[in-house]
Amino acid sequence: MKREMICVACPVGCGISIELSDKGAVLTVAGNQCKRGENYAITECTAPTRTLTTTAKVKDGRNPLVPVRSGKPIPKGLLLDCVKIINSVEVTAPVEIGDVIIENILNTGVDIIATNICCHI
Amino acid sequence: MTQKYELVVVGGGPAGMAAALRARDCGVKSIVILERAETLGGILEQCIHTGFGLHYFNEELSGPEYAARFSLLVEQSDIEIKTDTMVINISNENIVTAVNKTDGLIDISAKAIILAMGCREKPRGALNIAGTRAAGIMTAGTAQKYVNINGYLPGKKVVILGSGDIGLIMARRMTLEGAEVKMVCELMPYSSGLTRNIVQCLEDYNIPLKLSTTVIEIHGKERVEGVTIAKVDRNRRPIKGTEEYVECDTLLLSVGLIPENELSNAMGIALDPITGGPVVRENRETTQSGVFACGNVLHVHDLVDFVTVESQTAGEGAARYILGQFEEDAYITTKGMDGVRYVVPQRINLNCNRDVKLFFRVGQAYKNAVIYVENNDEVILSRRRPKLAPGEMEDVVIKNEVLKELPVNGELVIRVEVQT
Repeated sequence: MKREMICVACPVGCGISIELSDKGAVLTVAGNQCKRGENYAITECTAPTRTLTTTAKVKDGRNPLVPVRSGKPIPKGLLLDCVKIINSVEVTAPVEIGDVIIENILNTGVDIIATNICCHI
Repeated sequence: MTQKYELVVVGGGPAGMAAALRARDCGVKSIVILERAETLGGILEQCIHTGFGLHYFNEELSGPEYAARFSLLVEQSDIEIKTDTMVINISNENIVTAVNKTDGLIDISAKAIILAMGCREKPRGALNIAGTRAAGIMTAGTAQKYVNINGYLPGKKVVILGSGDIGLIMARRMTLEGAEVKMVCELMPYSSGLTRNIVQCLEDYNIPLKLSTTVIEIHGKERVEGVTIAKVDRNRRPIKGTEEYVECDTLLLSVGLIPENELSNAMGIALDPITGGPVVRENRETTQSGVFACGNVLHVHDLVDFVTVESQTAGEGAARYILGQFEEDAYITTKGMDGVRYVVPQRINLNCNRDVKLFFRVGQAYKNAVIYVENNDEVILSRRRPKLAPGEMEDVVIKNEVLKELPVNGELVIRVEVQT
């Protein structure tokens, strides 16, 4: 079986062709310009992941929110559930870039970290 | 009283910060950045998604993280920063007039000025869509600020007109926050956004992208209640009989960006009618001596990484101007033809003593194309491109040794040819 996809690992957006066995194992990857593309194609065919970016509520901050992201890509199917959990927490200012907001979200082994500062008012 | 600086940078976004830092590294002693918002960082502050820095830092950062890499360096340096400060005029004698709450009205004289004001989104008024002036119609960037900075969800059932990157990013963002994004309509037969954004913002969430489709009417009195969409023909005119009513409470517009050049225009700087930004030479000096421009005020970029590199060029150009390091005038102009809409820079000093990168955009999508750079019908260089798209900026580098052989007052033409 053949599968065509566009790599989202970086903004170049290479067109990649993948050949899969009947059992869904990746046989060949072609069209990518770098190793990241090969990794993307294999993960996308077996267990697709995405980096999640959203915001978390802040108490006593100069802004009501602080932007956050998953420290590593997480399984695509868990994105919406992760947002629900992040929306249910509130952190207290000050927040620094890299602060862990939620540890090991949904047992993925991935932390949710702040991507901007938020000063205390 | 007039304050004096060697260099005034108008705008503290990625362009202004990179330009100021490079000028300082090149030996400029007194620099001030004037920023309209309350912090440095510009639009990156609300661009919380990742994808920034892959070229420049070789890692994937969010907008605020990318901005922080530069704002920390600026804050640690002796570069002065005036935030909450709005520049209202720049005179032909390079006097910058600005206003803020602490200083009131201030005049700042500068040996050189760098324009880094960025761009803004085309509003509804630029589109002539029929219908009411109901609440719920806004640009994608405005919605981005509401969701990511202020913490408001501006609507629950959303239609997005225009497939620019901000529109695609907001389709995903509003979906994650619980809104139903019904569709993205694009007037053209192709998207103007990056392919990766179509994949990870629309396809991931099963949001349909309707090409050659536009919104022809907005319904609702107090609040948007729905829109009428229609297919368009090759001349972008709605096709009768294809109208469809879509219920929604919000219409987001992502239909293009315009460099913000009111200041440049008022001081008589020549603007390129295609880019909407100043006409510049390879060091990003405008037609006004000592005034430089970089970033999205010059031409709209796809990636901030490219803005950073261009702004370093402008910072270095301004530093050389301030330090009196001039090259003898010997110019060649650049021009886009046969599918190439524009080329930046528009002029090159053949004595600049460096390789010069030319940035350009094509007007339609191509497959198996060749880019030719020519002077007097003679091919200087050619580059194969498997695909070209209007949404993706292209570049070619002209080597210094090639530049030195070109005739003064000549023309460098970039054109596209499809290989058969």
